[in-house]
Amino acid sequence: MTTKRPFWGFGTPCLEHTQLPRSLDRPDPVPLPRTLTVLHPRPPEARAVPALKIGDTVNTGQKLSLYGTADYVTSPATGKITALSPMPGSFGRSFTAVAIAPEMPDVFDGEFDAVHRSPSLEAARGLLAAIPGMPAWERLADPERPIKTLVIRCVDEDLLVVTHQHVLNARGRDIQNGIRILKQLSGIEDVVILARREAVQGYGSISGRIVEADHRYPAALTPLVMARLFGKVIPAGRTSEDMGFCFLSAEAVASIGAAFDTGRVPVAKTLTVIHKDGSLRLAEARIGTAVDDVLHRFGVAIAAGDRIVFGGPMRGVAVPSPAYPVQPDTDAILILDAGRAAQLTDYPCINCGECVRVCPARMQINLLVRYLEAGKYEDAEELYDLSACVECGLCSYVCVSKIPILQYITLAKHELARMRRTESPNA
Amino acid sequence: MNWRACAGRRARMPDSQKLVVSFAPFWHNGSRIPERNRQIMLAALPAALFGVYRFGIPALGVLALAMSSAVLWELAFTRVAKRPVSVGDGSAAVIGLLFGMMLPATLPWWAVITGTFIAVVVARQIYGGIGANPFNPVSVAVAILMLAWKSRMDFDVALVNYIFDFPAVFPLSAAKAFGSDAVKSFSLLDLFLGRQTGGIGAVFGAGLVLGGAYLILRGIIRWEIPVSFLAGVAATAAVFHAADPARFASPAFHLLTGFTLIGAFFLATEDATSPVNLVPMLIYGAVVGSVAVFIRNIGFFAEGLVFAVLVGNLIQPLLDKIRPKALGKVE
Repeated sequence: MTTKRPFWGFGTPCLEHTQLPRSLDRPDPVPLPRTLTVLHPRPPEARAVPALKIGDTVNTGQKLSLYGTADYVTSPATGKITALSPMPGSFGRSFTAVAIAPEMPDVFDGEFDAVHRSPSLEAARGLLAAIPGMPAWERLADPERPIKTLVIRCVDEDLLVVTHQHVLNARGRDIQNGIRILKQLSGIEDVVILARREAVQGYGSISGRIVEADHRYPAALTPLVMARLFGKVIPAGRTSEDMGFCFLSAEAVASIGAAFDTGRVPVAKTLTVIHKDGSLRLAEARIGTAVDDVLHRFGVAIAAGDRIVFGGPMRGVAVPSPAYPVQPDTDAILILDAGRAAQLTDYPCINCGECVRVCPARMQINLLVRYLEAGKYEDAEELYDLSACVECGLCSYVCVSKIPILQYITLAKHELARMRRTESPNA
Repeated sequence: MNWRACAGRRARMPDSQKLVVSFAPFWHNGSRIPERNRQIMLAALPAALFGVYRFGIPALGVLALAMSSAVLWELAFTRVAKRPVSVGDGSAAVIGLLFGMMLPATLPWWAVITGTFIAVVVARQIYGGIGANPFNPVSVAVAILMLAWKSRMDFDVALVNYIFDFPAVFPLSAAKAFGSDAVKSFSLLDLFLGRQTGGIGAVFGAGLVLGGAYLILRGIIRWEIPVSFLAGVAATAAVFHAADPARFASPAFHLLTGFTLIGAFFLATEDATSPVNLVPMLIYGAVVGSVAVFIRNIGFFAEGLVFAVLVGNLIQPLLDKIRPKALGKVE
C-alpha cells in the first residue's frame, strides 16, 4: 500500500500505531479446519527416525519432539498425524511440517496438568515454549545474563496490529496470573507494563509499574523503548537481556497465566486480520490453521499477485502460499492487494538524505547502502554502524529510489552472523 | 521414510493461489524520482519564464534546446552504453533547464548542445548516471563553457544588442572593474525584481526565492544549504565591504546579482553532490557561498559561483565524515 506523502514535506513522516477500536472487543473464532500444520524447528534428518510417524494420534497440548532434541512444538489439537514433511523457511532456516487432522472433542494432554500445580522453570521451558506469544524462556533464565526487569509489552510493534492491546484489555486476569507465576519462577521483582495511555481500563487488576508507550512508530521497538523510556542504550550488537531487561508480549504472559491456571497448554492464537482496505478484525485461531482458513472465515478472496504478510506493513514477513500455517508468534495477517504493495526498483541511491533524517538509530544509510549493494558487509558494520539498525523499515518507506534498504540490512546481518558461525569453530 | 508433501495442501492449491513474496516494509510514502524532478522544474519555472519575458524568443530557444538536447544526450548515451533508459526520471530535463537558465540568451546552438553534452554525459553518465556524479553537472558544464568560450559567456558581450530600460551592464562585471561606486545606481529592489542582465533564469531573484521556498516547504531541498549558502555570501561580502567599501560591493548586492540565488536554491542543493547531515550541510553551504564571494572579489572571474559549487562538491565526501553517533555505537 502506498500512503500518501503529505504536501508539506518538511517534517518526518508521522506514522502512528492504531488504537484498538472499541468495536473490536472480542475475536471472531476461526472454526477448526480439516488440517492443522505445526512447524517443528528442525528439518528432517536423514538418519534420525522421528519419534512420531504418520498415523500416530496426538492430544491437544502434547509436546511433539521429533528428534530427541530440546526443540519441540505443541500439538494444537487432538487427531492423527497425516504428514511429516520438510518445509523451508526464510534466511536458510528449515522446519519439519507436522500435519494433523484434528478431531473433536479435544483430549487434553496430561503431562502439563500433572506439574502445573507446582510451577517450575523446567516444566515451563519443557512444555510452554510454543504457546501463543512464544515466551523466551531461555532468555528469561540465562544464568550468564541475569534479568532484573521484566517488560510486558502490551503494545504492538508494527502498525495496524492491535493484538496485544486487545490481550491487555480482554485478559487482564490471565496477565495478572502470568506475572505472578513469572515472578515466582524467575525471582524477578521489577515488572513493567508497557502500554498506551488510552489502555487504562486494562490496568485495574494488574500489578506492575506502568510505562506509557509512545504511539508514534517506531518508538515501541525494543531498542528505542530501552533508550527513550528506560534511558539505557543497548550497545550495538547486544540485546536488552544483556542490560538486564527481558521483553515478553502480553499474549505470552496471558498464555502462561492461563496455562498454570487451568493445567492446559494454550493452543489458540489471537490475531489481527488487516484487510485490503485497512480495516481491522480480530481472530482467534488454533496454532497451525492455514492462512486461507482464516481468510475464509472473513470472506476474503485472494487474487493472483496478492500478498499475505504475517505481521504488519513495516516489519512483517510475506508468506509464499495461502496454505502457510499460523505460528505461535503470528500477531497479525495483513492482506495486500497486488497493485498496492510497495514496488521496489534497482535505481541507485540519489543521496537525497530522507533515510538519514528518518532513521531512529541515526545511521548514515545513504553511505551504508552503497556498501551493502556491493556486498561489503564487514565494512558496512565497521564503518557505517550496520549493527545499530533497529529494523523499523522507515528508510525503505521514505526511499525515493525505492531501494529495498531493510532487505539489504537484514541480509547483511544474516550473512555476517553466518560467517561468524562458520569461523568460530576454526578460531 | 515417508516424507509426503505438506499435507497434500500444495496439491489442491491452484496456480492462481501463488502469492507474491517481497520483503518488508510493504508500505511506501509514495515519493518518486520523476515527481521530485517535476517539482524542481515547477519551482524553476517562474524564473525561467521571466527570463523569456525579459530576453525574448532567443531565451526560449536556448531553454528549449538545452532541455531537449540534455534529454537526447541522456537517451543516446544510455542506448550506446546499453544502460536502462532513464530519461523518464526527469533528471536530464532538470539539468537541461537549469543549465539553460544559467546561459546568456544569445548563446549559439552549438555551444548549448556542447554544454548539455558535458553536463549529462561527461559530468554524470560516465560516472554511473543519476546519484553517482561527484560534481554538480550544471556547474561543470557552465564552468567549462566559461573557460572555453569566454566572450560568448560574458553577459556584457553576449547581450550587447539588447536595449533595456535599466543599466545594461552585468552588475558583477561592473563591480569588479570599477568598484562599488559603479553599482550604486542599481537599486536593490530592481535587482531582486529582475531589472538586471545575466543568465536567462538567473536574473529574477524574486522568482528564484519563491521557487526555492516552495522546494524547501515540499521537503525536496534542505533549508540548511540555501540558508548557510546565503549567510556565507553575506558574511564574506560584509567582511570585504567593511575592509574596503570603495572597492568591494555590499553584501546585499552580492546576494541579488549573478548566480547567487539560482546557486543557493538549485545548484548547491543538488542531491548527489551535497551532504545530508545538519552540520555538514551548514559547513558546505557556508563554504560554497564564501568561496563564491572570494572568486568575485579577488579572483579572476566576475562571477565564479559555479567554481565555488565545484569546490563544495569536492569537500562533500570529507564533510560526510562528520555525523551523529549511531544508536548504541561502541567506540
